[in-house]
Amino acid sequence: MVGIVGYGAHLPRHRIKVEEIAKVWGADAPSYKKGLMLREKSVPTPDCDTITLSVEATKNALRRAGGINTAEIGAIYIGSESHPYAVKPSGVTVAEAIGATPEIHTADFEFACKAGSEAMFVCLSLVKAGEVKYGLAIGGDTSQGAPGDALEYSAAAGAAAFIMGTDNLIAESVDTFSYMTDTPDFWRREHEFYPQHAGRFTGEPAYFKHTIGAAEGLMRKAGMKPEDFSYAVFHQPNGKFPMRVGKMLGFTKEQMEPGWLSPTLGNTYSGASPIGLTSTLDIAKPGDMILMVSYGSGSGSDGFVWKVTDRIDEVRDKAVRTRKLLDENLTYVDYGTYAKFRRKIKKNA
Amino acid sequence: MRDVAVVGVGMTRFGELWEKSLRDLYVEAALSAIENSGVDRIDSMIIGCMTSGLFVGQEHLGSIMADYLGIKHLPASRVESACASGGLAFRHAFIEVASGMSDIVMAGGVEKMTDISGDGATYALATAADQEYEVFHGATFPGLYALIAVAHMEKYGTTRDMLAAVAVKNHDNGSMNPNAQYPFKITMDMVKSSVMVADPLRILDCSPITDGAAAVILTTVDIAKKLGKAYIKVTGSGHATDAIALHSRDDLTTIAAATAAADKALKMAGKTIKDIDFAEVHDCFTIAEIAVTESVGIFEPGKGGEAVLKGETALDGSFPINTSGGLKSKGHPVGATGVAQIVEVYKQLTGSAENGRQLKNNPKVGMAQNMGGSGGSSLVHILEVA
Repeated sequence: MVGIVGYGAHLPRHRIKVEEIAKVWGADAPSYKKGLMLREKSVPTPDCDTITLSVEATKNALRRAGGINTAEIGAIYIGSESHPYAVKPSGVTVAEAIGATPEIHTADFEFACKAGSEAMFVCLSLVKAGEVKYGLAIGGDTSQGAPGDALEYSAAAGAAAFIMGTDNLIAESVDTFSYMTDTPDFWRREHEFYPQHAGRFTGEPAYFKHTIGAAEGLMRKAGMKPEDFSYAVFHQPNGKFPMRVGKMLGFTKEQMEPGWLSPTLGNTYSGASPIGLTSTLDIAKPGDMILMVSYGSGSGSDGFVWKVTDRIDEVRDKAVRTRKLLDENLTYVDYGTYAKFRRKIKKNA
Repeated sequence: MRDVAVVGVGMTRFGELWEKSLRDLYVEAALSAIENSGVDRIDSMIIGCMTSGLFVGQEHLGSIMADYLGIKHLPASRVESACASGGLAFRHAFIEVASGMSDIVMAGGVEKMTDISGDGATYALATAADQEYEVFHGATFPGLYALIAVAHMEKYGTTRDMLAAVAVKNHDNGSMNPNAQYPFKITMDMVKSSVMVADPLRILDCSPITDGAAAVILTTVDIAKKLGKAYIKVTGSGHATDAIALHSRDDLTTIAAATAAADKALKMAGKTIKDIDFAEVHDCFTIAEIAVTESVGIFEPGKGGEAVLKGETALDGSFPINTSGGLKSKGHPVGATGVAQIVEVYKQLTGSAENGRQLKNNPKVGMAQNMGGSGGSSLVHILEVA
């Protein structure tokens, strides 16, 4: 039996509202809010990046893992499209910070917004194969959206970390399924600051096709139906897409709401569905089944069926709950501060 | 001139057809028209397409479409008159059959518009306006039609509600068209609260960006009779151009090219506008439908908006307009639009319009009006039951 031994998330506490961004660009805030079902998004401060978010999320995961020896973590994989360096690994820095070096394997993954669930998939596989005792999988981003682009309203920051193992599970991995095709809906080339996207093409033939393909394939493989699940978590590039795809698949709003954070969090890219899973585990009961499906542009989805164990009641409050990070102690910033934080103001060297 | 018939029609579904390329779309519509008509060959093919070069980087359409249709050495041409390219293709096919040059000719239209961004599509479409005097200064088609709308409101008191009523009526009709891009109803409030594009035009006043193709088979009435399938007669064809730039027109509120094309087509058919039972017109924007119905003489100048509001242009009105859903609801793949209008007139005249949008009063004569740009060109055709 393999699954999650510890989980945790971290979100920056700064927020910017859709109105504040729309005001600067002369855009129609009500139509963005309605069209994207999005009210505000998280903003990372200048000293926050994918590595710091990963370390904070991992510390929360370790708190719930119940005193495991970090030296026994045999692999750390971080999925992100905003690794601070183009060449220099994020994984080793996180490994060093938590005392998991030097006998460890690390790698940085990239698959647009799907990189976090890839890390989860690979860690589960290594644990299952007996290659490592524990594997640490992280999905996190300080995502980029070009100034004035539709993405700027949603590109947010956050991370989730999962320690995978075989004993003392919080949630058992019941089944997994992946689904991908060469569908270029969103990309960023080398030396470009911001990703480009193919507008509405990112919807139906990209997000919806792959999310539905993975979810249906997974349920078929696991012999399950939407009503067999207590909860479902989907990749959430905005507020609208996850709710719509869930309804298309036959899930109810009640099944999706605990993991539906994007209306006030924004799109945390590689962190999105993993963070949604943390807030769902925060309120789950022993025996609950959870469906999780990520989506990454390019394009593909990883699907997981999790079965929550009795241990959840013991550990859920050993670390901060994700909703608390989302809803409390917030600081709202104006566009100028946001532009400074996100290094959108370019100065001569 | 020989008497000419439309003996078969075909079209793709209109929409964001991500999985279909320019050639896929055209071949699908063309094969459907051939099958529908029962012909065992075509002698020639005219394709209307506005700007496949800018949309997908493909020109030389006559050859590529003949090749993918699998007809060796077929004489095939591509004609262009911006959004009236489809109507122009139909006219040239008509001329070719009427003149005796060919017996069986396909008129097709196609546009693949969603492979590029919205900005790219706006740029491509704006090549149908006057680059030097309009586009370089920032004008786009919504902007140009907004000027027409403002002038119409100023001169005739046309209201926001009248514009909205055009969109609502066309979506009512389009909700019954299985090929429509947006086959659903909308309300006046939805139109009036939708996102502003170019004051007073909001997003639901504008036709969408669409992928799609349509094709029809023209032949002589004699051959049509022998084929034994439903056919209609083409009795009038009118074509006119006008100043491409709005500032060079005598009057912003009328589409003079549509007036001239309609006059020619009606004269050729030996009819007046009162003989026409229904029309498909070029509602690229809600104001365009109002201006065109006035310009071709269906309503007095300044009375077009009121007529829509009163329901006179609805499916059960005295002069149904855009029974297909029009460009607004059915979609507007620019090069295909003029041919798709003929498809709808054919269906209405042969009693084969789907899902309850068939006109009940046994229509005998229909009109199709297709327009390029902001009225720089227009094609009008009169079609009658056999």
